[in-house]
Amino acid sequence: MNFPAWSKDSAITILLPLHDKQGPVLMALQLLQSHFGYIHEDSVALIAQEFNLSRADVHGVLTFYHDFRTTPAPENFIQICAAEACQSVGARELIASAEKRFGCSIDSQGSELEIKSAYCFGNCALGPAVMVNGKLIGRATLTGIEEALR
Amino acid sequence: MKTIFIPSDSAAVSVGADTVADLIAVELAQRKIVAKIVRNGTRGALWLEPLVEVTTDQGRIAYGPVRPADVASLFEMNFLDGQAHSLRLGTSDEITWLASQDRVTFARVGVIDPLSITDYEAHGGLVGIRRAIAAGPEEIIAQVLQSGLRGRGGAGFPAGIKWKTVFSTSADQKYVCCNADEGDSGTFADRILIEADPFTLIEGMVISGIAVGATKGFVYLRSEYPAAISQLNSALDIARVYGLLGKSIIGSKYAFDIEVRVGAGSYVCGEETAMLESLEGKRGVIRSKPPLPAIQGLFGAPTVINNVLTLATIPAILADGATKYAQRGVGKSLGTQVFQLSGNVARGGIVETSFGITLDVLINEYGAGTRTGKPVHAVQIGGPLGAYFNSKNFGISMDYESLLAAGGMLGHGGVVLFDDSVDLAKQAKFAMEFCAIESCGKCTPCRVGSTRGAETIEKIIQGIDILANKKLLLDLCEVMTDGSLCAMGGLTPLPVKSALTNFPEDFEGSAKK
Repeated sequence: MNFPAWSKDSAITILLPLHDKQGPVLMALQLLQSHFGYIHEDSVALIAQEFNLSRADVHGVLTFYHDFRTTPAPENFIQICAAEACQSVGARELIASAEKRFGCSIDSQGSELEIKSAYCFGNCALGPAVMVNGKLIGRATLTGIEEALR
Repeated sequence: MKTIFIPSDSAAVSVGADTVADLIAVELAQRKIVAKIVRNGTRGALWLEPLVEVTTDQGRIAYGPVRPADVASLFEMNFLDGQAHSLRLGTSDEITWLASQDRVTFARVGVIDPLSITDYEAHGGLVGIRRAIAAGPEEIIAQVLQSGLRGRGGAGFPAGIKWKTVFSTSADQKYVCCNADEGDSGTFADRILIEADPFTLIEGMVISGIAVGATKGFVYLRSEYPAAISQLNSALDIARVYGLLGKSIIGSKYAFDIEVRVGAGSYVCGEETAMLESLEGKRGVIRSKPPLPAIQGLFGAPTVINNVLTLATIPAILADGATKYAQRGVGKSLGTQVFQLSGNVARGGIVETSFGITLDVLINEYGAGTRTGKPVHAVQIGGPLGAYFNSKNFGISMDYESLLAAGGMLGHGGVVLFDDSVDLAKQAKFAMEFCAIESCGKCTPCRVGSTRGAETIEKIIQGIDILANKKLLLDLCEVMTDGSLCAMGGLTPLPVKSALTNFPEDFEGSAKK
């Protein structure tokens, strides 16, 4: 997944449409992350300044939600559903074999590839559910994940 | 012209529906056949996906599950004329699994082109809103009360009473918030409805707005549902052009518009007050009640908060009459419930029926048992905060009261099957771990209790002081149940205690196994 490098000027432009919205902080973080792939360290002060809030307010929102990351996005991002319905069809085993195959542990950061646990993509009847770089895979296997990475 | 329906639903796509659609388009071009491909939503028989349908003189003939490798043979066997093929299922209306259901909320799901408002209207859409406009706020609320409709998100609070409270609270601005943060594992009805029939949700929200005097609606939709987000935004654009949203709803004096706001991967934001905080762009920390959101909700204004399924049922109630809806169901659980069968299930998907169907019929007749073919050992009903039941409970009637009496809850209607490879001590530990991950941190029983709970269950698994630790665990469960501010900490003990009660053999220290 390719993202442009952090730029304060483009961040300011991205945030422009939010100035007439009520409660813009969460949306501001989402827009910046979808553009740059992560929340750059300067984002908190910038959002605080743009919307006349304290940095603590913005930091609080940033650190509350699981979706946000503060390090650049990896080239490949694998999310494996670790919730009950997927557990019932082998999600735990799939996570273990993916960790082994890709040589990294779940929920740890990497630059080339990351595996993250997710809690439900709403594909519970066709589990295990895995999302590879934004693409949802049903009845996922390690082979299926490898194919999606190609 | 011949029409071919291939679902664009996320679940169908996750097992190859896009590839199948591409291959069918290529075959059509090569064979110089003119046909229209409609990407409908799923009919909900997810075990048959990708389910391809073609229009014929006999109706829509279904084939499924169609793998990419099957496409060539479908053309060779002339499936466009509905001819025989090993994947042929007959007309879609003849598929017993679907035909035996009572589709009310999901009447159009999988049938229509999701983004065609013409198709929507041709299948009964917009009748409800027209009746609502003619009836006016008080009559709408009376109808909703009379229908007996209760909140489908999990709490089961009567929708009409909530609406009446917002209606009676005077304010310059009121809101309708749709909770589409469908975070429970084993639930996907909100997602399917939004992807397959988004106008129904929009119509339901507009009716709610007219009823309570709100002019603005928000849909809080989870980030894990990217296809639903884009589908709903497209539908909102179409609805604005059509006049179903805007300053004058289909020519009436009422104004209403809807904005989608996306979640950011937090389970607790499905709790209504945490959702309000998140909609306001803040940390998803729950609020103490009172004040009730109906009196002081979003940005401090009176707010209706209803689940997707609740709001999507409103148009049918207004169109067909409250009495007809209330004739279905049992006791105080009136109407239909959109059950969702999932997990280790042979035939998973959406089963919409009247309340009162037994769990056994759901899991064995519809579900056809487990996907692995082993006996159904455990069933979790109502998501991660729902109880685990064993086979002795399979006769239970699926309605709010019966499930409560059996020590469980209906929740959002998710039914997750497990075969005998499941270890209920592990599942109980996971319930606590999940609570620890997702707790908003506001109250101590939930924030700290969940971590202590996971540690205590681990000790039991290790065989350390089993009796003493079980006692400690039950004590902790009591503190969490009685002392937590919201359902997150308050209901986490439900899966834990039900696992202990219904599967005591799994809590004897797994070292023995």
